[in-house]
Amino acid sequence: MAELTYREAVIEGIAQEMRRDEKVVFLGEDIGKAGGVFKATVGLWDEFGDLRVRDTPISEQAILGAAMGAAMTGLRPIAEIMFSDFLAVCWDIVTNQIAKSRYMTGGQVDLPLVIRTANGGGARFGAQHSQSVENWAMMIPGIKVVAPSTPADVKGLLAAAIRDPDPVIFFEQKSLYATKGEVPDGEHVDEIGKAKVVREGDDVTILALALMVPRALEAAERLQAEAGISASVVDIRSLVPLDTQTILSQVKKTARVVTVEENPRLCGWGAEIASIIAEECFYDLDMPIVRITTPHIPLSSADELEDAMIPSADRIFETVRQEVD
Amino acid sequence: MLTKDKLLEFYRGMVTIRAFEEEVRKMHNAGLAPGLVHLYSGQEAVGVGACAALNSDDYIASHHRGHGHCIAKGSELDRLFAEIIGRRSGYGMGRGGSMHIYDPATFNLGTNGIVGGSVPLATGAALSAKLRGTGQVAVSFFGDGVLNQGILFESLNMAALWSLPVVFVCENNGYGEFTEIDDVTAGRPYAKRGEAFDIPSEKADGMDVLAVHEAVSKAVTRARNGDGPSFLIFDTYRYSGHHVGDKQEYKDDEERELWLSRDPIPKLADMLVAGKKIKQAELDELDAKIKVTVIAAANQAKKMPEPDADDLARHIYAA
Ligand SMILES: Cc1ncc(C[n+]2csc(CCOP(=O)(O)OP(=O)(O)O)c2C)c(N)n1
Ligand SMILES: [Mg+2]
Repeated sequence: MAELTYREAVIEGIAQEMRRDEKVVFLGEDIGKAGGVFKATVGLWDEFGDLRVRDTPISEQAILGAAMGAAMTGLRPIAEIMFSDFLAVCWDIVTNQIAKSRYMTGGQVDLPLVIRTANGGGARFGAQHSQSVENWAMMIPGIKVVAPSTPADVKGLLAAAIRDPDPVIFFEQKSLYATKGEVPDGEHVDEIGKAKVVREGDDVTILALALMVPRALEAAERLQAEAGISASVVDIRSLVPLDTQTILSQVKKTARVVTVEENPRLCGWGAEIASIIAEECFYDLDMPIVRITTPHIPLSSADELEDAMIPSADRIFETVRQEVD
Repeated sequence: MLTKDKLLEFYRGMVTIRAFEEEVRKMHNAGLAPGLVHLYSGQEAVGVGACAALNSDDYIASHHRGHGHCIAKGSELDRLFAEIIGRRSGYGMGRGGSMHIYDPATFNLGTNGIVGGSVPLATGAALSAKLRGTGQVAVSFFGDGVLNQGILFESLNMAALWSLPVVFVCENNGYGEFTEIDDVTAGRPYAKRGEAFDIPSEKADGMDVLAVHEAVSKAVTRARNGDGPSFLIFDTYRYSGHHVGDKQEYKDDEERELWLSRDPIPKLADMLVAGKKIKQAELDELDAKIKVTVIAAANQAKKMPEPDADDLARHIYAA
């Protein structure tokens, strides 16, 4: 085991797959010579050269469109969209082209491509650079949606995404880039579509994703210490496919469930999971399902305002304590 | 100098597409083809002339008016009809329909329902061919409407910058839906859009299969030699309006007659006959044979089973 940062795990995941398979190529803005605006691709251009690691023009539609054309013709491209907010600029390629091609062609076309993108808040960039948009992606049939919370998951799930025959949007939470964690040595490949129970508890299950996972864990420790509440924390890791089995078994065990979402409230992923829980195990529940989310308001950039919007460990702690009481 | 065989191949291709589209019209009028169908009749010289300049493993990416490209690249007529009328044996199991026909066997990246949507796919296929070192070329077909889509500029820039083996082929039929292209487009001549990126750009007669073939052949040679993209605009015309059922009240008789007088099929026939390469009677016989083949394929498609809703959830993801 080596300790890596989340951003180093991105580099390691890509490098591992590029060494293994020469069909893997990487396109994006500032990713090559500059090593990425978040320094999450440093060294790849030096190792793999500018044929396989390509600095592109600021042309999100052409980046994803070309990645799709390349994926249809024998390559396994990784395309970076610098901030997930910019997916809106090329959403046609994501939703009308990439997501639907396997289906509309009756299964004739494989689209082994990964769209990596920096998602979410915490960096005070304001409403066009801080959104959590994983719920947009979850709504589109035909793409897989992954959002890791730890360096080990970054490396393992990124490797799995690159090997996957289907298109994957890989949401990296931008304020996690500097965080550290143990990553297995040697080749590390995880499995997409498996949630992880990261803390076992008996009284309540907290379902979280990406940046919300460390915050939920912090809240869970305080709930134990200060209120005697024992919380399970499940890191969802992948919204599509969704590991409903792990989620439902934890919910049944604790009979109480809280989702913690960074996306804005309306049609956030927690709403979908709440509906699945209500359908599948309503009679196992001892309390209404609770959703903790960013409000349905554009994000602000001022520290106090952003902090007031995105769920914090404090807010999770307070909400769960009150609801479980 | 093109051989008689090559010229007859052009002729056969254009007549096949014309006859195919007539059957599609009938199918649509009979209520067999779901949604809208956009016929290629009138534009045959572009698809046939361009595809004849390609190797079988070169890529094409097409658009909503794309039956002609599929036929010119060699797709099977019965499976094309089957997709258009929503049968299980169609190219997309009846799920795609006319605007979503993909055929890997002919290296066709598909017709496309989004105006401009396939332009970056051809660009990406060209990037892939270049990186894999295969020598393949990609042709991107698009309508004049795409002259005003941002994705075209992104793709032209990328292709020029990276010297990609792609040929951009704009089929200017004068209209986008019911609006004249000239009424909504600045920057004449339109070939300047390619020149802005230092891409060799040229306008040619899209009603003359030989002119199309010559221009595309030059562009393909350039691409294959590693000299990068080309941008070609072919002036052409769509006889049947935007879709079957479009009354085309926005056109006048004078315009219609002018373009009919430039029809690429009789033009090539006249040339063949005048050059004593073939007799008119032989061409008539060929026309009749093609019609029989096309109608047989249409009938074959109509007999194919309808898709089964039981497997609607298959192929969203790899198994
Ligand atoms: C992005 C997008 N905008 C609008 C449409 C609706 N639409 C379908 S075809 C068409 C006209 C396209 O004109 P052109 O590119 O000249 O092709 P033509 O139909 O003349 O062959 C329009 C506006 C669409 N399909 N996609
Ligand atoms: Mg047009």
